[in-house]
Amino acid sequence: MSDVLLSVDHFTKRFGGVTAVNDCSFSVESGSITALIGPNGSGKTTLFNMITGYLKADSGSITFNGETITRPRPADLYRKGLSRTFQQARIFPELTVIENLVVAAGYSWKGLFGKRVSLDDEVRAQKMLHEFRLESLAQLPSGELSYGQRKLLEFAAVLMSEPSLVLLDEPTAGVNPVMIDTMERHIRERNAAGVTFLIVEHDMQLVMRLCNPVVVLDQGSPIAFGAPATIQTDPLVLEAYLGS
Amino acid sequence: MKALLARVGVVRAVAFFGVLVIVPLVTGQIGWLTNALIFTIMYAALASSWNLVGGYAGYPSLGHAAFFGLGAYSMAIVFNGSVYGGYLPFVMLPLVAIGAALISLPIGWVAMRTRADVFAIVTITVLFIAQTLAFNFNTVTGGAQGKSVAPAPFDVSTYNWPFYYAMLTLLAIAMGISLYFRRSKIGLSLATVRADEEKAHGVGVRVTAVKLIAFAVSCGIVAMVGGVWAYYVGFVYPQFAVDPLITIGMVLMTFLGGRGTLWGPVLGAFILVPAQEFFAFTFGASQLYLFAYAAVFLVIMLFLPRGILPSISDRLRKKRAAANGILRDASDAASAVSAQPAAHQTGVTR
Ligand SMILES: Nc1ncnc2c1ncn2[C@@H]1O[C@H](COP(=O)(O)OP(=O)(O)O)[C@@H](O)[C@H]1O
Ligand SMILES: [Mg+2]
Repeated sequence: MSDVLLSVDHFTKRFGGVTAVNDCSFSVESGSITALIGPNGSGKTTLFNMITGYLKADSGSITFNGETITRPRPADLYRKGLSRTFQQARIFPELTVIENLVVAAGYSWKGLFGKRVSLDDEVRAQKMLHEFRLESLAQLPSGELSYGQRKLLEFAAVLMSEPSLVLLDEPTAGVNPVMIDTMERHIRERNAAGVTFLIVEHDMQLVMRLCNPVVVLDQGSPIAFGAPATIQTDPLVLEAYLGS
Repeated sequence: MKALLARVGVVRAVAFFGVLVIVPLVTGQIGWLTNALIFTIMYAALASSWNLVGGYAGYPSLGHAAFFGLGAYSMAIVFNGSVYGGYLPFVMLPLVAIGAALISLPIGWVAMRTRADVFAIVTITVLFIAQTLAFNFNTVTGGAQGKSVAPAPFDVSTYNWPFYYAMLTLLAIAMGISLYFRRSKIGLSLATVRADEEKAHGVGVRVTAVKLIAFAVSCGIVAMVGGVWAYYVGFVYPQFAVDPLITIGMVLMTFLGGRGTLWGPVLGAFILVPAQEFFAFTFGASQLYLFAYAAVFLVIMLFLPRGILPSISDRLRKKRAAANGILRDASDAASAVSAQPAAHQTGVTR
């Protein structure tokens, strides 16, 4: 039997009259790169926000690492090893690139009173900067980065806490083809190092070559689950994307 | 480069405080001048403390005058009428700070669960509650009749100096703590809170803790300033000790000089307090001087909307960035990252 790292159980979220997420259940296996796809407005971002505690679910719960959590809180989950990025990359523009990494690495109470960027921090951050080839930008205020660089920085930053599961919301949307390759390479490398991914992605070619399995969401509920090849030919999926 | 900048900072601080330490020795006691200097330094200390919360944390509190009043009344209550304090009131200041900081904790905890306009309303409510208490808690505060502080037994010819140096010390403390915040993870954490508090939570920043640390420290220093003020003016009335104008002073000076900068609040105070004194002198007892005062503020903010220091350093950075343009492009290509133009953005990224 394969290990389930995250399971989403009966999540529902309504915004006024709109049911954005509707009795949604699925699970993410440890070590996988699971894709979450679906037409625009099908509830993918809302689901991410519920899983990570940014949005309160109307009902349902998650089980992460064997622990059932009905009221996820972003800070708790982050410390437990579940981290995420945002569709519109959210970084701290006034902080430098390296400071964005340091602050996301987490620190003790004692560290809070210590140096802004200690030697230890610097060493840890340099490793990540090197991995992401951002060394030359380390001291730049991150507000001066391009959109693609911001996405890359946000991704690098959430890895600083050594998470076991990373949720990426459209990591390649709006970035150039070179950056898409860069992003894909980093996801693969980290996955090989043992990190599990759940990725919302619009680029179907990327999904087909990178992800397995794929969860398809339509109007807030999963309508298909399986290997990319089977999903591609699933009539329900074709209808969701092409129909109406 | 970094070391050089640090040295410039040290030289600036030594020059600034050196001049202020020496001034009294050179000029002797000139009534209007010392008085104006004491109030300028007082507001510099108040604005620097306010900046810890309003600038670094991005929570523009309108309630800080309540803690100024708290410090003032502590002095008036302990060293009342006939009890002669000498230097003792100054020695007691740390206790005032600790008391005020403790009282500020629950207030900050509640107030800082709100943001922006709601936070402004909650904190200004604290101010008006404090003023109402000062007016009506007769047995303790003396109500509208006010409360006198025992006059200091200092020599008349140098009477002002202890107050002057006390205010200067508090300014040094406020700036020292600002500097410490900036250089520690407290400042780093506060910067994330200011930029995007939700995201800060999401990457495990101890948001509530750093907000409360900033709030309590800020209120503690403001209360000490209030204590020295009460001892200096010798009489504490509710409308002057818990005065919205004091709050407004801190806010305007910090905005003028530059929120979230070390020297901005000081610069703001050294512009606005003398301007206020000058206009008050020119327009006499009429309230017209407040218009002139507001005009100075508005004109500067119109041309330098982010405050004096950030606007200047922005311009310098843009110039430098333009000069380094070619270099930047090269490094972009080297890291095989997006070729899109770097969007300069200072706001919150969503
Ligand atoms: N904060 C919100 N308030 C009201 N409606 C929302 C909110 N967030 C999302 N929605 C609605 O919920 C649905 C799902 O949105 P979203 O999760 O962003 O979809 P996706 O990420 O799959 O494109 C959409 O109909 C959207 O309009
Ligand atoms: Mg979305």
